[in-house]
Amino acid sequence: MSINSYLDKLGVLLWKEIRSEFRGQEILSSMLIFSLLVVASFGFAVDLMDDLTGQVLPGIIWITLTFAGILGLNRSFTAEKQNDCLSGLILCPSDRSVIFLAKTVMNMLLMAIVELVTVPLFFIVFNYPAPPYPGWFFLALVLGTYCFMIVGTFLSALASASKAGEMILPVLIIPLIIPVLLSAVMMTKDSFGLMTGGTDIYLKILLVYGVIFTVLPLLLFDYLLEV
Amino acid sequence: MEKNRFTGWLEKILAWSVFLSVLLALYLALVYAPTEKTMGDIQRIFYFHVASAWIGMLAFLVVFIASICYLFTRHDKWDIYAYTSAEIGVIFTTIVLLTGPIWAKPIWGTWWTWDPRLTTTLIMWFIYIAYGKIRTSLREEEKKARLAAVFGILAFADVPVVFFAIRWWRTMHPGALVTSSGIGLAAGMRPAFFGGLLAFSLLYCYFMLLSVRIERMRAEIRALKEEILN
Repeated sequence: MSINSYLDKLGVLLWKEIRSEFRGQEILSSMLIFSLLVVASFGFAVDLMDDLTGQVLPGIIWITLTFAGILGLNRSFTAEKQNDCLSGLILCPSDRSVIFLAKTVMNMLLMAIVELVTVPLFFIVFNYPAPPYPGWFFLALVLGTYCFMIVGTFLSALASASKAGEMILPVLIIPLIIPVLLSAVMMTKDSFGLMTGGTDIYLKILLVYGVIFTVLPLLLFDYLLEV
Repeated sequence: MEKNRFTGWLEKILAWSVFLSVLLALYLALVYAPTEKTMGDIQRIFYFHVASAWIGMLAFLVVFIASICYLFTRHDKWDIYAYTSAEIGVIFTTIVLLTGPIWAKPIWGTWWTWDPRLTTTLIMWFIYIAYGKIRTSLREEEKKARLAAVFGILAFADVPVVFFAIRWWRTMHPGALVTSSGIGLAAGMRPAFFGGLLAFSLLYCYFMLLSVRIERMRAEIRALKEEILN
């Protein structure tokens, strides 16, 4: 199979994901409302002194994104179980990894929208100045989201096989993304100008994690969808 | 039948050697080993702490290998090995997580710190509990084995990443004792250290043997039930 036809199929499946999401809008709207609620709740619950905000804000941002992401991931594959759509997808004349990648890209798009809305709000609600290193901040968001979503999408496919999928998905995801969470929080903190050097290592961890958890899920995805 | 008799013998021999080696390890750790100069008697917990940690790691390595073997061969036996090993691993990791703080409180002055070894152990414990959750949440045997194997592989790949990520973040735990340049342990303590390792390794083998037999019986009972129903 040539790369072009692979990308074509990826495009078709991604377009299908986008269309089905924007017809129902159930996932995106819940993720958005949920993350806005979390922003507001943190605003009430964590009444911070000025000099502490910067220390705590990166963690709060990433915890919110993690929970909102898990909310979306819960529906990612279970939505395909209605009318047995998953079997239809499996019958697609293509490599099964296309299904996985299309879902991952879709979940990243959803997360990107959530991040566009909520991340600026955090700065407003907590009255914190914009990060002095916006490029580094952006990189942390992109890499962190990618690592989170590629593992998350894979585990969402795994959990959807079970009837109690929505109960076990958070239990599966959170321990596996601990390195992502840690590194992304550290990079974010660094972008606020609050760390003193030595933070390149967190970028490297995210990159290594990204590579390992792109290759492994692609290798293992076929085993998940066996009928 | 012949095979059953063999495993029966093996089980008996193992049971006795576990009994004797645990007694010996207790003696070595509690009586024979000299009292540590600065830490005092509390240091003796180390012999069981390290031995449990070693079994935990070994058990999870077995899960990883058995998971790969299962996906390749699709033989039930590998699934049983992976599952029982994960169960035992979680138990020994629990022991590690309990004995660690008991030692740390008087020595470090705190029950818990976010050190790489501690944190990795904790995360590993969570991961393999999640592994158990996958199994209990699924009904069909084949699917259960397949998905658990996939997670078993993914999970083990995560452990070193967690370790290194947190290692760069902060470190406090005493360093490795056994390195390529020798053992950083007083001569009088070595028998207790290795005695603990031996006793716990035998215990692990014995537990594996027993739980594999229990799982086999379960499978047999399931098969019999189906036979009766049909």
